[in-house]
Amino acid sequence: MELILDITLLSLLLVTAVYIAWTRDLFAAVMLAGIYGLLSASFFMSMGAVDVAFTEAAVGAGISPLLMLSTLAICGRAQRANPQRAILALISVTVVGLLLISATLEMPAFGSPDAPAHLHVAPRYLTDSMREIGIPNVVTSVLASYRAFDTLGEVVVIFTAGLGVLSLLGLQGETLPRQVQSPMAEPSHLVLRVVGKVLVPPIMLFALYVQFHGEYGPGGGFQAGVIFAVGFILYSLVFGLDAVERIVNRSLVQALAALGVLVYGTVGVLGIVSGRNYLDYSGLAGDSVTGQHLGIIAIELGVGITVAAVMMLVFFVFSAQLVRGRVVQHAS
Amino acid sequence: MLLSALYNYWVVVLLMMTGLYMVIAQGNLIKKIIGLNVFQTSVFIFYISVGKVTGGSAPILSQLATVYSNPLPHVLILTAIVVGIATTALALALVLRIRQSYGSVEEQDILTRDSQC
Amino acid sequence: MIESAVSVLAAMMLGLGSFFMISGALGILRFPDFYSRMHAASMTDTLGTYLIIGGLMFTAGWGLPLFKLTLILVFIFFTSPTAGHALAKSAQLSELRLGGEQSGSAKPGAGGVHSDQHPDSRDLARADRV
Repeated sequence: MELILDITLLSLLLVTAVYIAWTRDLFAAVMLAGIYGLLSASFFMSMGAVDVAFTEAAVGAGISPLLMLSTLAICGRAQRANPQRAILALISVTVVGLLLISATLEMPAFGSPDAPAHLHVAPRYLTDSMREIGIPNVVTSVLASYRAFDTLGEVVVIFTAGLGVLSLLGLQGETLPRQVQSPMAEPSHLVLRVVGKVLVPPIMLFALYVQFHGEYGPGGGFQAGVIFAVGFILYSLVFGLDAVERIVNRSLVQALAALGVLVYGTVGVLGIVSGRNYLDYSGLAGDSVTGQHLGIIAIELGVGITVAAVMMLVFFVFSAQLVRGRVVQHAS
Repeated sequence: MLLSALYNYWVVVLLMMTGLYMVIAQGNLIKKIIGLNVFQTSVFIFYISVGKVTGGSAPILSQLATVYSNPLPHVLILTAIVVGIATTALALALVLRIRQSYGSVEEQDILTRDSQC
Repeated sequence: MIESAVSVLAAMMLGLGSFFMISGALGILRFPDFYSRMHAASMTDTLGTYLIIGGLMFTAGWGLPLFKLTLILVFIFFTSPTAGHALAKSAQLSELRLGGEQSGSAKPGAGGVHSDQHPDSRDLARADRV
């Protein structure tokens, strides 16, 4: 039964991907990319990767199409064909694909418990993490404690990407004319405005639940950050960018993006102060399990703040571009 | 039997090649980024497939289960997804800047503009 | 006795929900114009999701999963009709008429509400562009 489900999901993924490559309408391609994200989230779910499925559903089917749509709104949805390069690309892709498929014949069978990937560190995580870290979600304990240094790197990458977006686009949009708003901010979208207003608080609450429940169930800073940002993005889609900037202005979001990384790094330094290694939380409290627990909560908070702030920042910068584009179009 | 044992990996290869095709063959920069995303997700699917153990449940320890999927690929991919969207946002920002400077997001237009000056 | 009745009920609701989902998907594929396709999508989608989640609630038993399913149900109760409404509204604002005609006069019998609001919606659409 599980096998049928997997094969169906994978086949649907394949069909979606091929149609994305085939269609020349970029709007359809972006929408299908959202469906592709949702399908892959379902596949991760059926593989038992609940945390990954959660993240992919929030990112691949939520924020990613949104950013692409706002780019499309500026750049246009038509795409030119390029037939002579298509044939060359098809040949090279086929050759590479055949090579890779011949390489898969050597792979251990799917799901076999004695595959090399399952023999090295994973058993240790599964058997010892309850004793050492004391939280049931192994993914969180690996993410935030065993491999915390790795996660620090990822958070810095996200922060740097936010900085990059800001330095590419953010520094031009200082003088926004105030009268132009999101099309959804029209008074005629009464239902959207009411429902949007009703939905934002539960989304925030859910983000907090995901943030602090990540030790016991699927969740954690990455997912919570994305969901938190989605709450603000929904608000700005319905009520316009100005309404959001009145609540959280741009410089506050920028400061928060840096603050999250700072919290993460500081917790690491506290590990050194308490006489252990960098990002070893065992010495933060009386016994090592409580220390680990405290450390994980602190760094997950840092991750959540940075991810939420960067996602919001990116969206704000993009929609400010959109508004600017509309103003320029109207003026010319 | 071979089909069920390796089907996942074949689909991963096909998805990866679809993404690669989009990156190589399409001239539109946004389509290239969508292709990169498809490629990236295929790698995610590969890692998660490798991490699956038959009969294993989600790696959240409880009394009900004894066999768990491998948590390590989950951790790697969880962070990779969020890093992926951050880098996608950076790429889209680059596309917007290119559009501002060149007035087009088609590769051919950009190359002709470049060769003119 | 009661347990088997509950599971039969759950199975019936799941089956019916799946049927509505499939018919909605068929409607999206087969219906001729935007509004009827959207009707197929949003109506059957809402009903199908309710039935499926309701069926799952019967199998969940008392506990946290039941509560979570209730929350999901409430959430979909808000979002699904709103999404349908937003789609219809933006189609109307961008002057998409029944029968797939881009702007131009509404077909006779295309629904009084739409034709009544016609000048109004054009004004709004223009205001949006300004």
